[in-house]
Amino acid sequence: MVMRIDCKGLYYRKQNKIIRNAAEEGEIEFILDNANGQRYIGSGIDKKIKITVNGVPGNDLAMFMNGPTIIVNANAQDGVANTMNAGEVIVHGSAGDVIGYGMRGGKLYVQGNVGYRAGIHAKEYKKQVPIIIAGGVAGDFCGEYMAGGIMVLLGLNRGEEEPIAGNYLGTGMHGGVIYTRGEVDECTLGKEVSVLPLDSKDMKVLTKHLKEYCEHFELDLEEIMAEPFVKLQPVSSRPYGSLYAY
Amino acid sequence: MRGNCYIPSGCSVSGIMSESGRRQDGNAIIKSIALMHDRANGLGGGFAAYGIYPRRSDLYAFHMMFDDIVAKERCEEHFKDRFDIVLDEEIPTRPGGAYEGMTAGRYDEEGVQPITDPPILWRYFMDIPEAKTKFVSDREYVVEKVMEINSTIDGAFVASSGKNMGAFKGVGYPEDIGVFYKLGEYKAYTWTAHGRFPTNTPGWWGGAHPFCLLDWSIVHNGEISSYGINKRYLEPFGYRMELRTDTEVVAYLFDLLVRRHNLPIELAAKVLASPFWVDIDRMPDRERRIATAIRQVYGSALLNGPFSIILGHSRGMVGFNDRIKLRPMTCARKDDMLYMSSEESAIREIAPDLDEVWSPRAGTPVIGELDEGVV
Repeated sequence: MVMRIDCKGLYYRKQNKIIRNAAEEGEIEFILDNANGQRYIGSGIDKKIKITVNGVPGNDLAMFMNGPTIIVNANAQDGVANTMNAGEVIVHGSAGDVIGYGMRGGKLYVQGNVGYRAGIHAKEYKKQVPIIIAGGVAGDFCGEYMAGGIMVLLGLNRGEEEPIAGNYLGTGMHGGVIYTRGEVDECTLGKEVSVLPLDSKDMKVLTKHLKEYCEHFELDLEEIMAEPFVKLQPVSSRPYGSLYAY
Repeated sequence: MRGNCYIPSGCSVSGIMSESGRRQDGNAIIKSIALMHDRANGLGGGFAAYGIYPRRSDLYAFHMMFDDIVAKERCEEHFKDRFDIVLDEEIPTRPGGAYEGMTAGRYDEEGVQPITDPPILWRYFMDIPEAKTKFVSDREYVVEKVMEINSTIDGAFVASSGKNMGAFKGVGYPEDIGVFYKLGEYKAYTWTAHGRFPTNTPGWWGGAHPFCLLDWSIVHNGEISSYGINKRYLEPFGYRMELRTDTEVVAYLFDLLVRRHNLPIELAAKVLASPFWVDIDRMPDRERRIATAIRQVYGSALLNGPFSIILGHSRGMVGFNDRIKLRPMTCARKDDMLYMSSEESAIREIAPDLDEVWSPRAGTPVIGELDEGVV
């Protein structure tokens, strides 16, 4: 059974309570029509439910989420997948600032651009590895203080002069990896990352995730893989290790 | 904090402009800012509206706040010697007014929070006697008087002082403030709005946004950490910071930079949110020289700290962010309309189908301008 909720004029607390209660009772699929600005959709839910959002969801979509799949058929706002632990978020549009903040696991696939500070403080532990893929470009401070996880920027459909990421890319990064489709200008990099070529292991990881990404957005994997990628990795796992040591 | 529940988040801003000068009533802007109810905490809300007094567009419209009748009398004495008061009247309000839309969390749990305890709200349409402006321009004269009133007349504050525009603000949630001031009965080509979540400064009627001087109005989400430097920079030019909050300096800086120093708006925005030196070093020669000069001349006008700001003025609306985008802003266009807001949903709420939606880059102003020959 699919539960359809008309979210027109519906306050977020009321809406999220309906979803949470129904999920408790075993409902596994939700379609939110006319959603607009409702915050915290899917937040903290640890069941394998699916939520389709027709409209722009509010801030902190999928925050602390632990299992559900969320499909957004519009742009998403700020703070998507904040501290998310498991599950999938697929955005058929662009996403705002600070997406994947402190993300600990799961997947965040964005068709278009991502805003400032994407993937800030993302982390990983053993098999828990968060993955963020953006089809477009990223704003400044992408991957800032990243401690783990995989970030992929494809830079599709961008203007000639438009860089794939803004300034301070990977600033303070000390774990995880960023793959970009095409070169990055060295002067836009944070001090803590270096640019490396991809090895066969990277290619395997990248192909696996991009295959899935391409299925969601009906893109041609071969075409995407035809362009060379570069890899950004932190120079040190403890860039600030001696900052306060005296 | 108002009531006994925890309220997350920070301020909200929203702006609507028709570049062809079409005027629309205040219901849309109320609906837009109401959607971001949870970004505010009930300690301040306000609106600026342009084009609302077309029949008195040649007169300065002063929107005043008085603590008591004595302050009002003192202020009127002050006005009488300095202006020709063509008309004065109470600003129409709906005491106890409250917004009833559901999106603002107005369901059983929270209840409505009507606007209470307003100061005396009065407006004056005034002309300047010719003799007063022999040695000083009209607008300079008005600025002087606004500063005088705010700093010397106890209990009297100027909410706005431009022509054919006005500020409507107070303590409460913005959507309730909008209903309280009956904004559905005004028509404007530009509306800006603010929901306040005061952090460092008190929530009081004069301290709600927008902050206005002449036709400038500022709504701001964030915090001006450089307030002290900006204040010391502005004071020798005759500006007096009396409203106990940081945002005030932004309105006065625009007045100084654009009206008095004749900088184009783009350049003024570069003064307030100037590029970093490392980026200036990478610019082509001409731009680098301009950017360097701007930073050298106007170092003390630089705004530090997180902000997203919407500036309103008679000919347009300008939105911009701090240099590293620590506060959100989304812009959109549809036909002749320009929208800017803290959240995309607040735009979609009033304009579901848009031609274009984008998030401006940090420090880069988005400029709306009335078409040539309009108004």
